[in-house]
Amino acid sequence: MSGDWPLWEVFVRSRRGLSHTHAGSLHAPDAELALRNARDLYTRRSEGVSIWVVPSSAITASSPDEKDPFFEPAADKPYRHPTFYEIPDGVKHL
Amino acid sequence: MTPTPETTTGAPATATAAAAGAPATATTAALALGDDALVLSHRLAEWAGHAPVLEEEVALANIALDLLGQARVLLSMARDEDELAYLREERAFTNLQLVEQPNGDFAHTIARQLLFSTYQRFLYEALAGDPVFGPLAAKAVKEVAYHQDHAEQWTLRLGDGTDESHRRMQRGLDALWRYSGEMFRPVAGLEAVNWQELEARWLASVNAVIERATLTVPEGPRHGAWAAGAGRQGLHTEPFGRMLAEMQHLHRSHPGASW
Repeated sequence: MSGDWPLWEVFVRSRRGLSHTHAGSLHAPDAELALRNARDLYTRRSEGVSIWVVPSSAITASSPDEKDPFFEPAADKPYRHPTFYEIPDGVKHL
Repeated sequence: MTPTPETTTGAPATATAAAAGAPATATTAALALGDDALVLSHRLAEWAGHAPVLEEEVALANIALDLLGQARVLLSMARDEDELAYLREERAFTNLQLVEQPNGDFAHTIARQLLFSTYQRFLYEALAGDPVFGPLAAKAVKEVAYHQDHAEQWTLRLGDGTDESHRRMQRGLDALWRYSGEMFRPVAGLEAVNWQELEARWLASVNAVIERATLTVPEGPRHGAWAAGAGRQGLHTEPFGRMLAEMQHLHRSHPGASW
């Protein structure tokens, strides 16, 4: 079954949400049915939501083994962080 | 069961209307549509735990829940919903024979869904401005549009899938085709519906899906067959009695209990 019914990752943006959030995964034979299954499983058909489905095989993940060289350098250089700036009033969602 | 002329008259649906004090035709129509939804909901619920994959099981349960919700509203319009669902005999149910047909294999279930949900969608669209059924139709049409889409998607995949799925999908359509004519027999109380136009829209939609799915539109008769119109008059096929026995068993064993 897993051959004909590959795994899909589901990203959902709720009605008032700003971005798509990973909601979970499911099996479906193709993208159209993956969307419909995602609607039933993860949105309860609330109106005004957006769903993305992506075949799991299309996602490349960072490796946990490479965590240190991958993420470490950024943490110890404070000048890389925008903490020396004051955020102007009226700028939201930063 | 052999339909006989005397059993087609004086259906208990008429008696129900008198008891409720509602206009008889509105009650007759509410019962007919409510029974369709109730019976099909029950059939779909039988898939629970048996669907080909978990995701499809959720989809079928979802559709069953939608239909049960519609049935509750419609039966409550006529009388007490539980009394109507659990305490009527087979002859008092006025659902279409199509919806009481057993599930069969997955393709058979999808064929039944395609024929019925397409009908239900166009029927509820036609009822949108109806003073009695308009509010229900406006809510339900969104649900049944999804049911129709679900059935279409699967008809296309099974019909245009493997040789085996194609064969089974065709078999399902062929087996159920003769029950489809009954859907377009006018129901008293649904004066807003132009039944000929409804049938024309239904045929065009269903035929288009069948052809896209590389299947053949069945050639068998839809009207004039022995089954046409019988369900609405309380005459049902044999599997329906067994379904009702299971559905009503607990309520009849403990009448009057609250759950």
